[in-house]
Amino acid sequence: MPKSKSAYSVAGKKGKLDTHIIVVWVDNEAGVLARVVGLFSGRGYNIESLAVAEVDSKLNISRVTIVTTGSPEVIDQIKLQLKKLVPVHKVASFKREDKKVIFKEMALFKFVSNSKKMKLAVKACKKFNPVLLDETNKSCVVQVTALRREIDKMAVNFKKYGLKSISRTGAVAMTRGSDVL
Amino acid sequence: MPKLFTGAEIVFKCLEDQDVEYIFGYPGGAVLPIYDELKNFQSIKHILVRHEQGAGHAAEGYARSSGKPGVVLVTSGPGATNAVTALTDAYMDSVPLVCISGQVPTHLIGTDAFQECDTTGITRPCTKHNWLVKDIKDLQKVIHKAFEVATTGRPGPVLVDIPKDIQFQKTKYTSFKKINKKLNGNSHNYFNQKDINQLIDLMKKSKRPIFYTGGGVINSGPKASELLRDLVRSTGFPITSTLQGLGCFPGDDDQFLGMLGMHGTYEANNAMHDCDLMINIGARFDDRITGKIDEFSPKSKKVHIDIDPSSINKNVKVDLPIVGDVKQVISSIIKNIKKTKPNFANSNKQNISKWWLQIDKWRQKKSLNYINSDTSIKPQYAVQRLYELTKGKDTYITTEVGQHQMWAAQHYKFDKPNRWMTSGGLGTMGYGLPAAVGVQVAHPNKLVIDIAGEASVLMTMQEMSTAVQYSLPIKIFILNNEYMGMVRQWQELLHDKNYSESYTAALPDFVKLAEAYGCVGIRAKTPDELDDKIIEMLNTDRPVIFDCLVDKQENCFPMIPSGKPHNQMILGPEDEKDNKITGKGKALV
Repeated sequence: MPKSKSAYSVAGKKGKLDTHIIVVWVDNEAGVLARVVGLFSGRGYNIESLAVAEVDSKLNISRVTIVTTGSPEVIDQIKLQLKKLVPVHKVASFKREDKKVIFKEMALFKFVSNSKKMKLAVKACKKFNPVLLDETNKSCVVQVTALRREIDKMAVNFKKYGLKSISRTGAVAMTRGSDVL
Repeated sequence: MPKLFTGAEIVFKCLEDQDVEYIFGYPGGAVLPIYDELKNFQSIKHILVRHEQGAGHAAEGYARSSGKPGVVLVTSGPGATNAVTALTDAYMDSVPLVCISGQVPTHLIGTDAFQECDTTGITRPCTKHNWLVKDIKDLQKVIHKAFEVATTGRPGPVLVDIPKDIQFQKTKYTSFKKINKKLNGNSHNYFNQKDINQLIDLMKKSKRPIFYTGGGVINSGPKASELLRDLVRSTGFPITSTLQGLGCFPGDDDQFLGMLGMHGTYEANNAMHDCDLMINIGARFDDRITGKIDEFSPKSKKVHIDIDPSSINKNVKVDLPIVGDVKQVISSIIKNIKKTKPNFANSNKQNISKWWLQIDKWRQKKSLNYINSDTSIKPQYAVQRLYELTKGKDTYITTEVGQHQMWAAQHYKFDKPNRWMTSGGLGTMGYGLPAAVGVQVAHPNKLVIDIAGEASVLMTMQEMSTAVQYSLPIKIFILNNEYMGMVRQWQELLHDKNYSESYTAALPDFVKLAEAYGCVGIRAKTPDELDDKIIEMLNTDRPVIFDCLVDKQENCFPMIPSGKPHNQMILGPEDEKDNKITGKGKALV
């Protein structure tokens, strides 16, 4: 091992990286998203997806769902830091493989091709609650709700049906059964 | 119809209600309405600094020496950006600051107006919280909340950004009664009796225990330090302290092993490495303390008492976390010991006697020793003499950052909390002089000394002018070796003696500089004259710049080299001569 010239210690073992979903309830005010996101970017962590909207207009509370990859130590640290933020009310998190939690993403696909291909496309979406939102004789817009990896797959496979544009949301999450977060 | 107040008046009404006596600031376009009101609020005195960074550090010095929050007032744009270093410094060292900044009028925000910057955006990662006040009706609430956030839990800086039009607008003000909620009150305590019992159980079983205490003890108030002394004496355990914790336990006590960490004592670091029970009270396992994390104190059970839940398991996994205010946790531990084992220290003596024998062996190394000289002043000697000549005087010490800071920490012994102000987390060169200004403002009749390096002190030297303006008799004790000493030391030990840009080839004549500022300059060149010159400095009741010419080559030892665990320290030159440094250590020297 080459001799270290740094006055800092050398990096120790890194924890295993896992995908985590972090749910945060925040006051819906200017700058709050920047505060939340800053804790990730400040540690050099990328956010895979982010979904945020007001869920309680009376109390002015928004629910943020963040999907990110990190070692358990860093995720724990980010969660504790999130709890310290003044506009944050509550923080929850789980791993993607958690069976007790439902994750869903929505995507809008725009196909530009002929009616035959478009029909095939809508059919191929069948498993994912397709809704035909717009239709002309050479284009259509289809809405699907599915898991991230399913949408990833569709995005690749649907090229052949004339898929020209995709718009998708980040994941939102909800626990199964009567448990409330 | 109730009386209406302008935003600027409300700022001062809030400060009055928060019992603020001093604000440190610098006027400018976007805060002029606030400065306009200053004359109408006699109870609040403004200290005009020479640079906004100085205002921030002065407020830090004020806060750390008095236990009250420091208040900073700066203008928009450069005023705010200049304060960022001080805010970050306060954030890292948990110092309560409330920074009020002016902002361009609301309708100009986002237009690249003159002296505009995104102040809340820039200061977001270096404050506990910040606010941009866009509605005059929110102003009062926000300022009081700012004080609450800054001073509760783990303290820290906050910033309130007030656009100029808001400062002019008028609204009602309802007098604010400080709810007599104790600082760091129960709302931050998450521990229960079970945790305390578990800790006491660990303490009873331990054969090699150690207390590792930090700045959290000092932040918890003077009472916490008293309780800590009680706890340490009633257990008979050894105690070591971080840089920030110095003063919470008497530095000359037998149970005190000295500071730990990169430049800590041999006995403290070895005891940390070999202990079987580590009780961390208000410290945060900083990387300057732990060295190589994987080999940090491998055989110990670790207990961590901290008010900040996010400090737990951040760097080091602990076995028993106790989240709560240090004062209340210690008081609970003491109560339980007194109830269950009133004679714990004596009955436990046998249990830890071997441990103390081992510690005494480490102490024999006398790791803070250095080779003194008749011809040149050794920096360690200068600090020792300064300590000996000031120790009866309840002295307040601030420092800059570098070798002199470590020598001060090693050789100046503190016996009270809030007497030691140093930039530990951020390591801000230029901290000490303005901090001394703030300390002297808080304690006008006390002796305040900034132990400085010549490179650091030049970064904020302009604040001497502030000291002169307000007749603050601070003493700037410069250990002048013409080098950025710590940089030079690392270059010598780690970068093959390539002294790249660490020598300052042109320095001012500090004695003449002192005269230019209207204060007193004193120079000491030899060890013989040192005592007389220090006494001359102490007898001067004006600000003094003391230029102490010290050995240029001296290194700060002991030292844990990079990436090494605690038990592999480099000791000083004497040790080197005796060839006690083994292969591994030598490779690094």
